[in-house]
Amino acid sequence: MSDIEAPDAEGGVVKKFMFVNRKSPHGTVYAVESLEVVLISAAFDQDVSLAFLDDGVFQIVKQQDTSGLGIKNFSPAYRALGDFEITKLYVEQEALDERGLTADDLMEIMYEDEDDDYEEKPSVRVVGRGELSKLMSEQDVLLSF
Amino acid sequence: MAYQYNGTTVEHDEEGYITDISLWSRELADIIAKDENIEMTDEHWEVVNFLRDYYEEYQIAPAVRVLIKSIKKSMGKDKGNNKYMYHLFPYGPAKQACKIAGLPKPTGCV
Repeated sequence: MSDIEAPDAEGGVVKKFMFVNRKSPHGTVYAVESLEVVLISAAFDQDVSLAFLDDGVFQIVKQQDTSGLGIKNFSPAYRALGDFEITKLYVEQEALDERGLTADDLMEIMYEDEDDDYEEKPSVRVVGRGELSKLMSEQDVLLSF
Repeated sequence: MAYQYNGTTVEHDEEGYITDISLWSRELADIIAKDENIEMTDEHWEVVNFLRDYYEEYQIAPAVRVLIKSIKKSMGKDKGNNKYMYHLFPYGPAKQACKIAGLPKPTGCV
């Protein structure tokens, strides 16, 4: 890693933050709390990414229905992440495989690339365990939920 | 703490955001706006309706930067800018417009 940190427009320091989500969405408050912190972090112009592994992959499964649980279904909020300029959602391939899921079971989460004529691009990237491990090692800050 | 109109009582928190968003109505929006010293015009309603649609779709209220960007996308740059939005809602477009729209305080509003 470089010793020189990239300054942003206001002369501050941009750090790489990764939010690591490991728990299923509705049994505990971890997922919704993580999402809240992610949305707040967007206000600070940092390099933010999210990782979904273990049961965390269930957080972005499509067509969630919480009506039987008596709690709010907050999953549509992941689709707003692009508006908040959070465009990197890494999903571990092995975690999907182990749970009988594929990329087709995940929500379509898109962002508009301002540098490419606002073309809509997918935010979700399915990566292997090795690659995710490498991405984690490149972060300045890892926050686990 | 509560808003009262036409014999109806709607609870709100210490900042004036209603606690049960299902109790919102256009009449209530006018009452909340009055509390905020805002006279609702078609331009105000345009933003409030936009916020309600946004919340319906994403289940969150956008932060001010996101709101202005989204307005710009759907209504053009004459409206999607700080000056226009702060002209409508002087104490913060996201905060005030969300309050009038009956939504929670915007997420990521620091």
